[in-house]
Amino acid sequence: MTRCALFLLPALLCLTGCQKETQVEKANRDGIFLMGNSSEPKALDHQLVTGVIESKIIGALFEGLVGDDPEKDDGLPPGAAASWEHNADMTEWTFRLQPEGRWSDGYRVTAYDFVFAYHRMLHPDLAAPYAEMVYPLKNGEDYNKNLRGRILLHANVVPGVTWEDAKDIAFAGDAKVALEKGAKWPDSTTDAQRLDFVKGTGLDALGKEALEWIAADLTRYPWPAGFDPVKAKSLVDVMAAKAGDDLFELANVGVSAPDELTLKLVLREPVPYLPSLVRHYTWFPVPQHVVLQHGKISDRFTEWSRYPNLTGNGAFKLKIWRVHDMIEVERNPHYWDKANVGINGVRFLPIENPYTETRAFLAGQLHTTYQVPSDLIKEVKKKAPQEFRQEPYVGALFVRVNTTRPVLSDPRVRQAMALAIDRQQLCDYILEGYFPATSLTPKMGSYEPDKILTFDPEKAKQLLAEAGFPDGAKFPRFTMLISRPSARASAEAIQAMWRRHLNIMVDIQNKDWGSYVSAQQNLDFDLAAAGWVGDYLDPTTFLHMWTEGNGNNNTGWHSKDYEALLSKAALEPDPAKRLEVLKQSETLMMSAYPILPFAWYSRNYMLRPEVKGWHPLLLDNHPLNTLRLER
Amino acid sequence: MAEPALALLPLKNPVSNPVIAVNVSAEQGTSLWKDAARRLKKNHAAIAGLVTVTVIILACLILPSIAGLLADPNLQNLPNKNQPPGGAHWFGTDHLGRDIFSRVLFGGRISIAVGLITTFVSITIGVCWGAFAGYCRGAVDAVLMRIVDILYALPFLIVVILLGKTIEPLTSKLTEAAINLVAGANADSAQVNTTRTWIEPITTLVPLFLAIGTLSWLTVSRIVRAQVQNVASMDFVEAARSLGLGHLRILFRHILPNSMGPIIVYTTLTIPGVMLLEAVLSFLGLGVKPPNSSWGILIEEGSNRMLSNPWLLFFPSLFFSLTLFSLNFLGDGLRDALDPKSAKD
Amino acid sequence: MFRTLFSRFLQGLIVLFVLFTITFFLIKALPYGPFQSDKAIPGHIREKIEAYYGLNEPVYVQYGRTLGNLLKGDAGASMRLEGLPVTDIITQAFPNSIQLGVVAMAVAVLLGIPLGVFAAWKKNTVFDYGAMMIAMIGICIPSFVIGPLLAEKFGRDLEWFPVTGWSRSSPLSWILPAITLGLASAAYLSRLTRAGMLETLSQDFVRTARAKGVGELAILTKHCLRGGLIPAVAYIGPAFAAIISGSVVIESIFAVPGLGLHFIKAIETGDTPVILALVLLYGALIIVANFVTDVLGVWLNPRLRSSR
Repeated sequence: MTRCALFLLPALLCLTGCQKETQVEKANRDGIFLMGNSSEPKALDHQLVTGVIESKIIGALFEGLVGDDPEKDDGLPPGAAASWEHNADMTEWTFRLQPEGRWSDGYRVTAYDFVFAYHRMLHPDLAAPYAEMVYPLKNGEDYNKNLRGRILLHANVVPGVTWEDAKDIAFAGDAKVALEKGAKWPDSTTDAQRLDFVKGTGLDALGKEALEWIAADLTRYPWPAGFDPVKAKSLVDVMAAKAGDDLFELANVGVSAPDELTLKLVLREPVPYLPSLVRHYTWFPVPQHVVLQHGKISDRFTEWSRYPNLTGNGAFKLKIWRVHDMIEVERNPHYWDKANVGINGVRFLPIENPYTETRAFLAGQLHTTYQVPSDLIKEVKKKAPQEFRQEPYVGALFVRVNTTRPVLSDPRVRQAMALAIDRQQLCDYILEGYFPATSLTPKMGSYEPDKILTFDPEKAKQLLAEAGFPDGAKFPRFTMLISRPSARASAEAIQAMWRRHLNIMVDIQNKDWGSYVSAQQNLDFDLAAAGWVGDYLDPTTFLHMWTEGNGNNNTGWHSKDYEALLSKAALEPDPAKRLEVLKQSETLMMSAYPILPFAWYSRNYMLRPEVKGWHPLLLDNHPLNTLRLER
Repeated sequence: MAEPALALLPLKNPVSNPVIAVNVSAEQGTSLWKDAARRLKKNHAAIAGLVTVTVIILACLILPSIAGLLADPNLQNLPNKNQPPGGAHWFGTDHLGRDIFSRVLFGGRISIAVGLITTFVSITIGVCWGAFAGYCRGAVDAVLMRIVDILYALPFLIVVILLGKTIEPLTSKLTEAAINLVAGANADSAQVNTTRTWIEPITTLVPLFLAIGTLSWLTVSRIVRAQVQNVASMDFVEAARSLGLGHLRILFRHILPNSMGPIIVYTTLTIPGVMLLEAVLSFLGLGVKPPNSSWGILIEEGSNRMLSNPWLLFFPSLFFSLTLFSLNFLGDGLRDALDPKSAKD
Repeated sequence: MFRTLFSRFLQGLIVLFVLFTITFFLIKALPYGPFQSDKAIPGHIREKIEAYYGLNEPVYVQYGRTLGNLLKGDAGASMRLEGLPVTDIITQAFPNSIQLGVVAMAVAVLLGIPLGVFAAWKKNTVFDYGAMMIAMIGICIPSFVIGPLLAEKFGRDLEWFPVTGWSRSSPLSWILPAITLGLASAAYLSRLTRAGMLETLSQDFVRTARAKGVGELAILTKHCLRGGLIPAVAYIGPAFAAIISGSVVIESIFAVPGLGLHFIKAIETGDTPVILALVLLYGALIIVANFVTDVLGVWLNPRLRSSR
């Protein structure tokens, strides 16, 4: 035993000696960029994910029509498309693809791949969670929501029936008919059950058998009063004939490929920021030949998006994928612009714990980190002032209010609570580097919202008294949900501010992530500390969510006027005027205080000095192919 | 290996001599405890432990109750954050400018209460369960121990999340009732708030940790079972049985006292585990609610800032460790004092 | 022997079945499901996804199907890391957890048991108190404090070991996580060993041996160690099973790709297939560990054999 230890000791010492070259130094020699990326990506099929973590890796493996500029947020360098043009009202765009564009297996990147990608993205059976992102494509929403009746009627394939005739039919079914969860047609055996089933399900979602059953006796479906049975028969017959078919062609979705290298997009409304929008990964292409080799167009998570099959058109290709350990990408030998790729590869390290990540950086294991926790900022500024970076980022922190709760439904109460938050103090002492929010949307490009939020405890007190709670007396005890330990400090500070300035006591409750999210989505909460990060550089990424029924609203607040302004902006072709209308809508929403923003994000992270070509960017989409590592 | 020599039965051992054990059982009560107290007094480490624990518990109980003595543990002063110890703040201030000394004392109440309650419940169940399994053996043992296996592998986190959800409505009713009872029905909001600050942690935590105590006795039961099996195979138990003593009597009078050592040790080891578990649960919304605190939470918060502001970690850890060190030495002393075989010392 | 083994095997199967059933319904009682991301998924899409995974069916149907698939050997795929087969998760992460757990347990046993024996030998002396103080440090200072401290000192300052990361082939990367993980168990073991030893040392046969003039060291190692280890061994079994099935705190501090993080994340997201697979894996480990413990217990106490 002792002898064994004696033998091991020099071996250990030697190993320690060999460690003297840090991982970063070795990586510099090899041209590998070591990037802290916080957590494991949910998947690498970019049509099926929604996160920011995934976007970094996807950005290395795939390339959108328009590239990311390493220096400017609004720079629009060519990507998979070499050039593009649009018509006068910005509803028709033509992209000309790179003639040398290649997938990482050497096949050509064609416009058909893009058509296939948008087809797949919108395919109802794929159920892409972020399909909304491509809804600007004309008819995309109808196809994705599988509004079969509407699609067939618009395509004029139902003899003798037009959309005008049929638009009163309950295609989506009658929500009042309570169907058992997961009810299926074959389960319904009696006529009464079947009648309920077809009534509750609606024509659009019925299968062939059910439609044929209706066709046999048209009274089995609740048609609008006075609807011509001949037309009904014609409609049901066509729907039964097409049941189960993919209606992509008939839906006439606004994407087409006149030739191999030309992609034509037709939009449902003017989208002046389309080039910026298509930089988001939901608009990236997928390799048709690889996807279909491993499954149908509508299959979720087939082998195509796993190592070694994953094939991209980006500057890099997948080399190693070890779950919770690392993902490494290497040069794509077929990339059209490979001569200008500055590094040989990137290693993404999913280090969940930001303290561990920062320690790894300081020990020379990473070129950059995902985030520095605010507790460590002081320490890090002292130890590595050159490497510490603090940059604005398009994200906002806010308190979400459930406006359907009594008392919180009073806008004066919400305003009072907003006025009693001292945002400057929060950002000075707790959220170091963050900026006091004066509205929801942070400044982006030429958009700057009105300054709505101020700190005014006197006015806050007065408003609370007007609402019936002078000096906070008899104010109900509400609970504010938080979900991450890092949110605790700012929540406690806001709690103390409300107590000090309004004399009201709010509880804080930490919840596990799942319960926290579901409580908000079910409006089963009073207040919740939340945040939102923009997906693209346009205020709509912050404003669309506050519409009625939007899954991210979760405040119970909505307004017809607000939605009218958003629609008006959507139809406005002049960019400057459009932003003006959006600004009005934001002012309208913020003055109702369904949310109480308190800080705008800053990204606190570390970056080694030998990394060149990395510049502050609002969206934090740093193109990795233009990076250089100095030795 | 040599079988232990068993030829001699020393007469002084009351347990191994069943005749004496039966005869003295009537007056055993007083003399046993007196003996134990006498032996405990001689053990300096145990006495030091006892004094320290008492001082800490009293400090946590009494000092925060004296109005105006301590700073408000939840009073924030952001510009004054992360001050090192000294001056107005003996232990310094935390990341929100709150006084750490008062937070440690206030937090101690919760941690000590939670630690003792849960440990008591879990040890009681564990000892009984393990003792029966170890003593009965055969099918009873198999069933009891397979239940333990199942409980071991159940995802504790899910159980706790569901438990919290189930208990929550109950505890909030309990809180309101308790506040009404203590502060009176016509108390103004300020009074209600002060009452709430100390009542709420109790009414929300005690039921939860009672419940957790009922789930965390597994290792104890296995240790006790092993120990009981071992003791039960010894000759004096055989002797007791041949004298026709009842099973319960043999188990609780003769076997368990001879297994006290590991039980006491495991008890003192459970307390810190539970205190830290409270901090983990508070991140699921089940422990103490912010801005109130506990030692576990203070240690957790301090650990994140230990490089730049070590006092944030040091003082809560100091109280935590001192308490547990003392409990352990006290536990060891108690074990020695209660050991029936050390009567001769 | 064969009969015992067979009976325990059957008991194990029953335990696993009960465990599966309880866990399944516990998961279904959670107030959230796997497709609840922070960016809400629109209703029509969520319905499709849930239908795709059969989550819209009645719970008993889902139960039957899951059980059937499992019996056929199909554990399904993760819903959090969507599409990743559960078997891939286990084959990738479990070896790391085993490696870490074995080293940590070695640290715990090699540190804890000698310390406990030593303390019992020198009972109520400065050495005893010193040894128990050291043991208590392992309990009083939680691993989320010790881990970062070790990483800062031995990783970053002295550069002896890597501060984070895990490599199956480089033992250097195992040392800090294993020590951090092993310390707490070492503390438990030393306390339990001390108590067990004292319990044995006060038995009558020891007095007899002493009277016969047997040396103190021989009494300690030859006569008492077996009986003294009984509580420690009862602790080691389940502790070992727990340690090799992953420890999320250690994995988080040292970025170790083990099972612990998978398990916590799966619970956070209601990822049924992964939770079930890991619970069953852990259950199987517990069953085996407790069986081995029982066998060891009999070996440590030969008298149990005859009466069984």
